[in-house]
Amino acid sequence: MANADIIIIGAGPAGLSAAIYAARSGHSVIVLEKNAYGGQIINTPSVENYPGIKNVSGFDFATELYEQAQSFGAEVRFVEAKAFWREDGNWLVDVGKEILSCRALILAAGASNRLLGLPHEKDWVGSGISFCANCDGAFYKGKDVAVAGGGNTALEDAAFLSNICNKVYLIHRRNAFRGEKHLSDKLREKENVELVLNVTIEELLGEERLGGVRVRDKETGEVRDITVNGLFVAVGQVPATDPFSEQLNLDEGGYVIAKEDGKTDQEGLFVAGDCREKALRQLTTAASDGANAAISAIGWLEG
Amino acid sequence: MEPMVLNTENFDKEVLEADKPVLVDFFATWCGPCKMLSPIVGQIAEENEDIKVGKVDVDEEEDLARRFGIEAMPTLLIFDKGEVKAKQVGFAPKEKILALIKE
Repeated sequence: MANADIIIIGAGPAGLSAAIYAARSGHSVIVLEKNAYGGQIINTPSVENYPGIKNVSGFDFATELYEQAQSFGAEVRFVEAKAFWREDGNWLVDVGKEILSCRALILAAGASNRLLGLPHEKDWVGSGISFCANCDGAFYKGKDVAVAGGGNTALEDAAFLSNICNKVYLIHRRNAFRGEKHLSDKLREKENVELVLNVTIEELLGEERLGGVRVRDKETGEVRDITVNGLFVAVGQVPATDPFSEQLNLDEGGYVIAKEDGKTDQEGLFVAGDCREKALRQLTTAASDGANAAISAIGWLEG
Repeated sequence: MEPMVLNTENFDKEVLEADKPVLVDFFATWCGPCKMLSPIVGQIAEENEDIKVGKVDVDEEEDLARRFGIEAMPTLLIFDKGEVKAKQVGFAPKEKILALIKE
């Protein structure tokens, strides 16, 4: 007998929304989470665009959602799904200490911060490297920092940090920003923000911790060392589909190919949230994906 | 035992001069992952008599945060015989924290 009718990988907004729909339909549900419930939203201090809620902290939202899913009978286990495969009409999930089985599997593993891919980048998190300006910005009060990236997150991070820090370098590999124009226009007006454009970050400088970054101009080849206490990396996201890539039909960005109903090309396997190929990745669309994937899974189980 | 509230006055005595390993949770009241980690740190304190557990509110105790180079929330430091033995930045499940302490 299977451990559950439906196993959901990931306890972010998509996975927990799926858990609510699946558990309310009377099916047994296990949600697997390798880190903290809530996913990326827990780092957002204030959510103001979720329909029906004027303002809520990401943490409060996640906690409410987590408790809501459990109140309908979903079980959340804090283990890492390392691999999954299909056997005798069930899906099996390797969680390290044991192998769990289910009839339908929903992948809602989300996305994580893209790395620059430079030596020390991971070791120096908390020692000069940060992926969250809102979380860690206050520690760099009055200091010089850099932000890497050119999207909305990078622009918002730079604006936020410019109010706290002495100087902010915004480092981007292109001449133009991908983010919204009104955000970049605002930055250009700030006296303590310097735009360092059309460069690649070649090296993270420092001994025990970050002391600066070395950038190279893509046109002239000129090298410049910028002394900073902190580097906020905001170069986008990567879907957490890597461990399961052999099982999945992925697009070139690594996102699972599936339509709004979350059905994949495999029997009993569904996908929801940021790891699905789609145009908009927001709290609202994660919740919507979770509901859709759960309904598809229930239809498949009962069909 | 509940985690002890640490400050500049009691830190050296309670942490650096302690006769067993000390797990210190540097947190901020406004930080989401800190609020998730806090109950886990509480459980570790309740369940392990051979470990001392304390917490530092970084907004109240800026000097302590600076002294130990805390730059990200939450940060756990594990002290043994007056020295930092291990560091965990960001949320971690209970098993991982216990493994760090036992290493």
